[in-house]
Amino acid sequence: MSDLADIQQTSLEAAAAAEDIVALDVVRVQYLGKKGELTGLLKGLGKLPADERPGAGAEINRVKSALQQAIADRRQSLEQTAIATRLETEAIDVTLPGRNAEVGGLHPVTMVLQRIEHFFRGVGYDVVEGPEIEDDYHNFEALNLPEHHPARAMHDTFYFNPQLLLRTHTSPVQVRVMETREPPFRIICPGRVYRVDQPDPSHLPMFHQVEGLLIDYESSFAELKGTIVEFLRAFFEREDLKVRFRPSYFPFTEPSAEVDVQCVHCDGKGCRVCGNTGWLEVMGSGMVHPNVLEFSGIDSEKFSGFAFGMGPDRLALLRYGVDDLRHYLDNDLRFLRQFR
Amino acid sequence: MKLSENWLREFVNPELTTEELVEQLTMAGLEVDGVTPVASEFSKVVVGDILEVNSHPDADKLVVCKVSSGDETHQVVCGAPNARAGIKVPFALVGAKLAGHKLKKAKLRGVESFGMLCSERELGISDSHDGLMELPRDAPVGDSMRDYLQLDDYVFDLDLTPNRSDCLGMTGLAREAGLINSLDVQYLDIHPVAPDIDDTFAVELESGSACPRFVGRVIRNIDLKAKTPQWMQEKLRRSDIRSIDPVVDVTNFVMLELNHPMHAYDLQKLVGRIVVRQSVEGEKVTLLDGSEVELNADTVLITDESGPIGMGGVMGGLSTAVTDGSRDIFLECAFFNPKSIAGRARSYGMNTDAAHRFERGVDWQGQINAMERATALLIEIAGGEAGPVVDTVLEEQLPSSKKVMLRAGRIKRLLGVEIPWVDIEDMLSRLGFDHDRAEFDGKEGWLVSAPSHRFDIDIEADLIEEISRVFGYNNLPVRTPVTSLTMTAMPEGELTQDRMRDQMVARGYQEAITYSFVDPVLQADLDPEYQAVALANPLSSEMSVMRTTLWTGLLKSLIYNLNRQQDRVRLFEMGLRFRMEPNQQELTLENITQEKVLAGIVCGDQNAENWADRSQVVDFYDIKGDLESIFALAGEPGSFKFATTEHAALQKGQSAEILRDGRNVGHLGLLSPEIQQILDIRSQVYLFELKIDELIAKTVPKSALLSRYPVVRRDIAVVVDQVISALAIRDCVESAADDTLQNLKLFDVYQGKGIETNRKSLALGLTFQHPSRTLTDEEISSSMDKIVASLETEVGASLRI
Repeated sequence: MSDLADIQQTSLEAAAAAEDIVALDVVRVQYLGKKGELTGLLKGLGKLPADERPGAGAEINRVKSALQQAIADRRQSLEQTAIATRLETEAIDVTLPGRNAEVGGLHPVTMVLQRIEHFFRGVGYDVVEGPEIEDDYHNFEALNLPEHHPARAMHDTFYFNPQLLLRTHTSPVQVRVMETREPPFRIICPGRVYRVDQPDPSHLPMFHQVEGLLIDYESSFAELKGTIVEFLRAFFEREDLKVRFRPSYFPFTEPSAEVDVQCVHCDGKGCRVCGNTGWLEVMGSGMVHPNVLEFSGIDSEKFSGFAFGMGPDRLALLRYGVDDLRHYLDNDLRFLRQFR
Repeated sequence: MKLSENWLREFVNPELTTEELVEQLTMAGLEVDGVTPVASEFSKVVVGDILEVNSHPDADKLVVCKVSSGDETHQVVCGAPNARAGIKVPFALVGAKLAGHKLKKAKLRGVESFGMLCSERELGISDSHDGLMELPRDAPVGDSMRDYLQLDDYVFDLDLTPNRSDCLGMTGLAREAGLINSLDVQYLDIHPVAPDIDDTFAVELESGSACPRFVGRVIRNIDLKAKTPQWMQEKLRRSDIRSIDPVVDVTNFVMLELNHPMHAYDLQKLVGRIVVRQSVEGEKVTLLDGSEVELNADTVLITDESGPIGMGGVMGGLSTAVTDGSRDIFLECAFFNPKSIAGRARSYGMNTDAAHRFERGVDWQGQINAMERATALLIEIAGGEAGPVVDTVLEEQLPSSKKVMLRAGRIKRLLGVEIPWVDIEDMLSRLGFDHDRAEFDGKEGWLVSAPSHRFDIDIEADLIEEISRVFGYNNLPVRTPVTSLTMTAMPEGELTQDRMRDQMVARGYQEAITYSFVDPVLQADLDPEYQAVALANPLSSEMSVMRTTLWTGLLKSLIYNLNRQQDRVRLFEMGLRFRMEPNQQELTLENITQEKVLAGIVCGDQNAENWADRSQVVDFYDIKGDLESIFALAGEPGSFKFATTEHAALQKGQSAEILRDGRNVGHLGLLSPEIQQILDIRSQVYLFELKIDELIAKTVPKSALLSRYPVVRRDIAVVVDQVISALAIRDCVESAADDTLQNLKLFDVYQGKGIETNRKSLALGLTFQHPSRTLTDEEISSSMDKIVASLETEVGASLRI
């Protein structure tokens, strides 16, 4: 049995000394493989006398088990070392920036336009766009602004010829809708508008408007107020925002109202932004003038409606604290990147 | 329009602070745009009398004055050029507060000075600082300057809407203030001035619709040298009107007071008689300000037998103007129909107080009253004898008092509130509107007639506006509209513009907004094919034509950023481009195509500078990938094709036309070196522009069965001529293959060693799969053979081994 003792000693030593999984497997094959030394001994049991076989078999199996255990232990230890090594070599600096993280951004005026559209879509308004080069009829006459009307002076207009112009408001889109669609309906018309003005911090010759129009069997000034108050509170995210309506004049609405909100900069205390009045003029509005309805073929006895208009450029200025409208058209990336 | 608060309070004086009064007027629709004190804050400044002026011993430019403050005489050193004995001036005593400082006694070049003599600027009354403010001889010495000139007053700057012309005069504004406060107004008590003489001047109204009333009066022997009283000068000054002479001052004053523009002619210069008529095209008139105007045919003209002597309702003429030597005048107070005046002044580049009022409408019954008021004031100031008032009038051409129906039900419907009838009647009465209960087709209400000073009352809505205004907009209820809510359509077969924007943003683009009107010179280089529409009145030549492509504006924005060391630029914009239809000359709406496009500009490195990638300049395929990511959103990327093209703005060989199912979508390419040079841009610039309408169509997803059988991939490399496009190879493979070809990938393009010049090697990966069984090796090989054979014959490919 000295053979077995030798095998036991050398095999256990070999298992313990194996430096990697491959070497360990060589040890396993050498002793436990099909032609392995311990396997050979087990195969040789048949040559022993019958009465010696159980004792010898048990001895060999004991050594075999011990070796199997030793190999398993060694394997585990080698694997752990390998993992530890891998972890060490593969460690990275997680603070380095990721790849391709850069995104662009929307223009602040677009952000405000989308916000406005979202609120009104939510209560059933359709969004309608229209041409920016317009004819005199749709921009003025159909809106109760005949030639020479003093209110035309408030619309310094870019002309192409006496009949063609750049729209001064998005109201002509409303006219086009009224001409073709049967009431009741509710729409908003966002888009670019143009007035002859040299660019300065508070004026641009090209800016944006969103005008809304609701025509229904029964629509009243009370509902106009409700719509506007609700919108402004949602837009500025202030439940208690103070809103006031001031009598004003637009040829296409009557009664007409300017809408002021409590200054969102100073909460109405008075500051530079609101010119110390505590109020900011943000919208024009009114009940659609019967002449305007009739011009577009809508029976003003049967239907009434309200309209409102606002300037997203100015709303963006208030919302995001922009100090000069001209930034909007410079497209300076350093300015634009602030808006995500 | 600027008016003094104190003057308003002479007519009606509600118990309100200045601030409250301003707020109240604004909320009644008479917006007060600004409130300015008529003088700065100061105290202890009195009317001083310069008794004596002596030269200063040590200074040429200073004098030493003896000034009386009533009970005392003070020594004051002064440097004003007009300091002289015998004039009365504002005198700040020692201890006075002036411009925030306390005045102390001082030594000026060794002479003691007790107080200071003041200019208008030093009191904050005006910017005048030429010398001391000279007060009238009768100014009471020792009286406080604030009291004497009523300087505790504010100027209201009213921004009146065009419909409220009735408030362009003090009495109209007072009427409104009385209405809001339910107070009686102390209107002027105007008495007719009995004529001293019989002289009249003949007036003929040839254009009755334009000028149906002309009230005239001769006044002789007035003294133009007479001084306009301080109180009138002060009121005029507070309305930004300079005192000229008694005649001009009185006509201006009456205009401010009663809202009736007036005009005075030098009677000696009038020839024959006055005829008011329409102008003839090309006629000329020289106006008061010396300008000669060539008239259109639609202007009201005042003429005498010498020819045109004034533009009716706008400005008088030079030839008959009252001048220093005038003694006899003919005063005019007329009614011009708003329609005949509207826009005329503006069309000649003018804007006068008279035209502003007439085109909005003045009270057509107030002319005689205004004439009497002006006569009385003028005679009081400058003497003279008045002739009788002559009212030349065409009654039938005057506006009539309109009767307007007002239905109670309509008020309720439009305002959303039921106002008690008695309240409505009370409001109408307070507005001065006569009203009688009436019935209209069974609907109850009132028949209302508006007074002649309210030009804006025509229809029922005008009355309802008045009711709501008096009721108070902010007292009207607030209600959320209640109607049946139909869900808004959201077609899934359409890609939204918001989604396109979001995709551009996700790909690193910043949205820009550029002007729709651009530089015609640059645009002609970029887009010579299309004719741009030109503005008749542009702000500048660089902003004078409408863009036919968004590239014109985007290039300007790129240059703006490059000049600010922003080297990596990715901008996109969505907006209209404006193109004349080809072969059309006439500028009409129909001949202009206004088309919404998505355009972009890119330059600089592929990625923002970072630690992981070598910096590499952006190329065609980077941008193409960005665009393809948008096409992919439509769910049918195969419908888009890129084709080599030529474009004036783009470099030949790096410009593509994009087509969708054969229709033009737009272009992508590299800015041509010529234009790059013109614009002095150093880096390569890529541009694209796509029609939104062609991007919108989207396939609603339809889920297909997934095959459970294995996929087999075969890779081949083929060598083709360089000019053979990847698209041609794809088309060739796809038409040769059967349905089992699931995917075709082009995974390498190689030129160089081992490949003949003018040839290139393309590596293709083909994936096969059958929906219901495993494909055999033979089947795949047969497919591959067919594909290779087709590539050989169709595009001259040879298999690379």
